[in-house]
Amino acid sequence: MTDREGIAVRREAIVPEWVERSRGSLLGPGPALALFGVAAALFFAGAQWYGLTTLPARDMGDLQKILYVHVPSAWIAFLSFFAVLVAGVWYLSTRSESADRLGASAAEVGTLLNGLVLAQGMIWAKPTWGVWWTWDARLTSTLVLFLVFASYLTLRALVDDRERRARWSAIVGILGALGVPVVYMSVRWWRTLHQVQSTPSTMDPSFALGLRLNAFALLFVGAYLVLLRRRVARVEAAVEAIEDERALNAEATRVR
Amino acid sequence: MRAPPSGVVGPLASAPRAERRVGESTRVLALAWKDVLVEARTRANFGAVVAFAALMLVLFGFALGPDQEALTQAAAGVLWITVIFSSVLAFGRAYQFELEDGALDVLLLYPGDRRSLFLGKFLGALAFVLAVEAAVVPMAGVLYRLPILGALGRLVPILALGTVGVVALGTFYAGMASRVRAREVLLPLLLFPMLAPLVIAAVKGTHVALVGDPVAAQVNWLGLLAGFDAIFLAAAYLLFGAVLED
Repeated sequence: MTDREGIAVRREAIVPEWVERSRGSLLGPGPALALFGVAAALFFAGAQWYGLTTLPARDMGDLQKILYVHVPSAWIAFLSFFAVLVAGVWYLSTRSESADRLGASAAEVGTLLNGLVLAQGMIWAKPTWGVWWTWDARLTSTLVLFLVFASYLTLRALVDDRERRARWSAIVGILGALGVPVVYMSVRWWRTLHQVQSTPSTMDPSFALGLRLNAFALLFVGAYLVLLRRRVARVEAAVEAIEDERALNAEATRVR
Repeated sequence: MRAPPSGVVGPLASAPRAERRVGESTRVLALAWKDVLVEARTRANFGAVVAFAALMLVLFGFALGPDQEALTQAAAGVLWITVIFSSVLAFGRAYQFELEDGALDVLLLYPGDRRSLFLGKFLGALAFVLAVEAAVVPMAGVLYRLPILGALGRLVPILALGTVGVVALGTFYAGMASRVRAREVLLPLLLFPMLAPLVIAAVKGTHVALVGDPVAAQVNWLGLLAGFDAIFLAAAYLLFGAVLED
């Protein structure tokens, strides 16, 4: 088989078999992805219903409800970064490409959620504290974490060689995760304003349900996005392989 | 073809040519000595970095001064940002001259642990940055009127521990960034977020040493710096083999 320019390419290289198989399926490939998508939708619907029907808190009114999304977003972002650490160790010990794809996907989802945490925090802080930003311990360490993983994604974008990119990303991910406790401690010694960390046990039980619903919703959204991103990464890898093959064959055609 | 700048020099140069086992520590010292020697013989780089640091101190003076109180309060922060920015120039260069003429490939062909290469690069860059500091700190003392001599006993441990952390991570990330397009951007992008705890601890510690700060003095900044150094030196040493695999 040849492509438009008459350069030989294997058909399997152009369309991997599993892409063919999943084509046209409404819920995308694989039962896991569909399951996470449906679960996320259900939990989000429940959380919305809860959020819209419960009475506003006495002091902050509807503003307080941002907490239901804010705190779980932070949890799932941390979980994603932990997955980057695990994927990094997994990659360095087995050199499995799927470990690299997991790390890349989890880092992207974690950075996205981390950015949302910062944005939600600002929306809440402006009317409550009167400022968009303050150099409080938890705000600052969340921002540093965001920057660390943003640089991880930049590194991935700048390294072309697949094997080297995977190896270096694993290393940078591991170091970044190692930095989390150090950043956290240093910033806490530096300055603290933020209220004590919110968990279902530190707050009124009436808040806990909203928090839990959203935590599960975001957990499933996170898992759904990671799986979807891994699928995109597999397609990207297939495209890179085709490009490599094309380049080689084009070279061969010219030589002939 | 020019001879690559690497090779057996310094402590090993006088050794007899006969077969002998070379310990890792000898290897590390030889590598560090090579880098120091390259710097000492070209010298232009050191001068340029010190001049860059001096310029930064002057520009910060314009940005913050001439109010003496403001300058004194900001001095510790200015000093560390100057040191970190200047040392980034040094880290990139430490690999740059290895990449010219394929010297790095030759270095990698030498027997022994790749991680020795990290320690050698680390020690070489540490010597360079400490030398830059030896020039920059007195300059900052004069320009910002800081009691450097009186505070020397408290200042030196903070400077030393802070520099070890900056150089450990800087040498490590430069091993990657120097071999990537857009390396001038990538190195600070990778390095600076990781240095956040170090900047906090080093600046606060320096501020306490120079000016005194009853609140900040309650915290063991030296301990935090030592912990940072221990964690990242160990992690960088263990992971460096994977940086240079190809």
